[in-house]
Amino acid sequence: MLGLNKKDARLLLIVVAITMLAPFILNPFPAGSDLAQFNAGYPDLMQRFVIFGILAIGFNILFGLTGYLSFGHAAFLGVGSYAAVWMFKLLSMNIIPAIMLSVIIAGVFSLVIGYVSLRRSGIYFSILTLAFAQMSYSLAYSVLTPLTGGETGLQPKATDARILDGALEPGEAATPSLFNIAMRDSFELSLGNWEFVFNFGYYVAAVVMIFAFYMSIRIFRSPFGMMLRAIKSNQTRMSYTGLNARPYTLAAFVISGMYAGLAGGLLVAMDPQAGAERMFWTASGEIVIMTILGGAGTLIGPVLGAGFIKYFENIVSKINETVLHQWFYWLPDGLEDFVIAMIYPFVGKGWHLPLGLLFMLVVIFLPGGLVQGGQKIAGLFSRKTADEPQPKATEPAE
Amino acid sequence: MGMLEVKGINKRFGGLQALGDVNLSVAENTTHAIIGPNGAGKSTLLNVLVGKLIPDSGSVMFNGQSVLGRKPHEINQMGISRVFQTPEIFSDLSVFENVMIPCFAKRDGSFRMHAIESIISEKGIQQQAEEILADVNMLEKRHMIASSLSRGDKRRLEMAMCLVQDPKLLLLDEPTAGMARADTENTINLLKEIRAQRGITMAIIEHDMNVVFSLAERITVLAQGTPLVEDTPDNIKGHPKVREAYLGEAQV
Repeated sequence: MLGLNKKDARLLLIVVAITMLAPFILNPFPAGSDLAQFNAGYPDLMQRFVIFGILAIGFNILFGLTGYLSFGHAAFLGVGSYAAVWMFKLLSMNIIPAIMLSVIIAGVFSLVIGYVSLRRSGIYFSILTLAFAQMSYSLAYSVLTPLTGGETGLQPKATDARILDGALEPGEAATPSLFNIAMRDSFELSLGNWEFVFNFGYYVAAVVMIFAFYMSIRIFRSPFGMMLRAIKSNQTRMSYTGLNARPYTLAAFVISGMYAGLAGGLLVAMDPQAGAERMFWTASGEIVIMTILGGAGTLIGPVLGAGFIKYFENIVSKINETVLHQWFYWLPDGLEDFVIAMIYPFVGKGWHLPLGLLFMLVVIFLPGGLVQGGQKIAGLFSRKTADEPQPKATEPAE
Repeated sequence: MGMLEVKGINKRFGGLQALGDVNLSVAENTTHAIIGPNGAGKSTLLNVLVGKLIPDSGSVMFNGQSVLGRKPHEINQMGISRVFQTPEIFSDLSVFENVMIPCFAKRDGSFRMHAIESIISEKGIQQQAEEILADVNMLEKRHMIASSLSRGDKRRLEMAMCLVQDPKLLLLDEPTAGMARADTENTINLLKEIRAQRGITMAIIEHDMNVVFSLAERITVLAQGTPLVEDTPDNIKGHPKVREAYLGEAQV
């Protein structure tokens, strides 16, 4: 199907099913119940899941295949965001030209940075990309203020030209849309105590993500993808086989930069503002962590990693002391305080702590990320159910 | 006029004259061995031939084209393949992928942006890869990850990767170094087969006299960066200068 083998086609179908049914899957608890805290099925977070998924998929094409660890990918996200806001300001609130420009600008930007950074490999490459990204961040914050809005960031204003749409009415908010359907439009469905939100913006982003994921499968299974893995494996043999590693790595760098630009453009399409903090080095680090947590070099891993991190950032961080008291009110007073004191450092503002622990566990015990963990669990089950010997893990590609 | 013409190569590393006025001519369709004691400059010479080192002076012509100043991948594309002392293969990839990569390099040149095409649909390349694996008796190991192969199989795989490109000249850097007796015999037989069936010109750098005398048609003896003699194996065996260079190291 679509030029994919059976296994990949099945994976793609699973991803399609999960993203399309996400409003149900992410809202398993009835509204108003104690566990409603863990529902992640609201538009803002669902959009983040898929957009950061795109970012991680793109990063994985560079890091997972070639092994070149870029520590400056947030710069491309930021550049893409600024490009999209400028398209809103100058042309129209339609997201298509905005996202197209994001991808193009991020591509050009990554071509320049990649051309310079890829002269070195290993840690020097990482440091060069980090330096470029921090430079972009500082410039966006200071001297480039006319272009980036500096500290206040960039957003559509009433004074914008907007050649295609015309100026905003007084008091009218600028809402990004796709052919006059606003991104924030939602349809709500109530089934008993359960509430499900179907947001137009989410579905637009989800379709883009599915396409991005499909393209990444194609790249992984192409001769080009094989060359990238060969670069990771042995650059000496690569050059003595008559292959020039530089254009291959540069192409991978630009492709992953364009993915980041696409994600940046989509972020702006959901919420039309961009700030320099999107390019800060911690944002670049987050992309690296997402990819490694999920499983670098695997197809679905980066998306899983992005989902995990965004879930922790948005859900676990909201569990504050009041919420904990609601949960444990039934315990005797002294015990309640004790239990809450024990749990408190791991939730709310301390959400980085469980995530950090999880990351450490994954890196130490599952170098292949969460995907490897999933495979191990699946392996346990299939060993219990099947007596006949398992087929070898390296199935033929046909 | 040889296929490979090396003229007046000099290479200095600080105070050490690694190569001094080296002349070498490898004729087409022969196996030419370059021997010499440790530190004679054999590896330096090989690195000059493949573009890894640039000599201070001299010229290297391959089929009438200069090799100097070109990058290793460009020299490979001219038709020179190299087998390393320790096999250089793509360890994380499968055996089949290892041989497909040189097929792509041969067909598409040093870079091609084939990012959307599927490997599965490249029937021609797959067939080529299968044929060469069958030739080196590794077809049944095609789905193994290359790092899990035995040392001897890694050598065969590397050889297959070079051969599938149909090189005009195959450079071998101590192909039997560190091998057990049986593996050495196997490698010698493999090389003889290649020579007989494909008629590829070979230049071998070797330490092991047994290997050299069973394969080579011409031998150049290097000592202290300079060629001492160049002759047929039979004449080299009894040559007084060669005995002198090797004195105390091996019975020639």
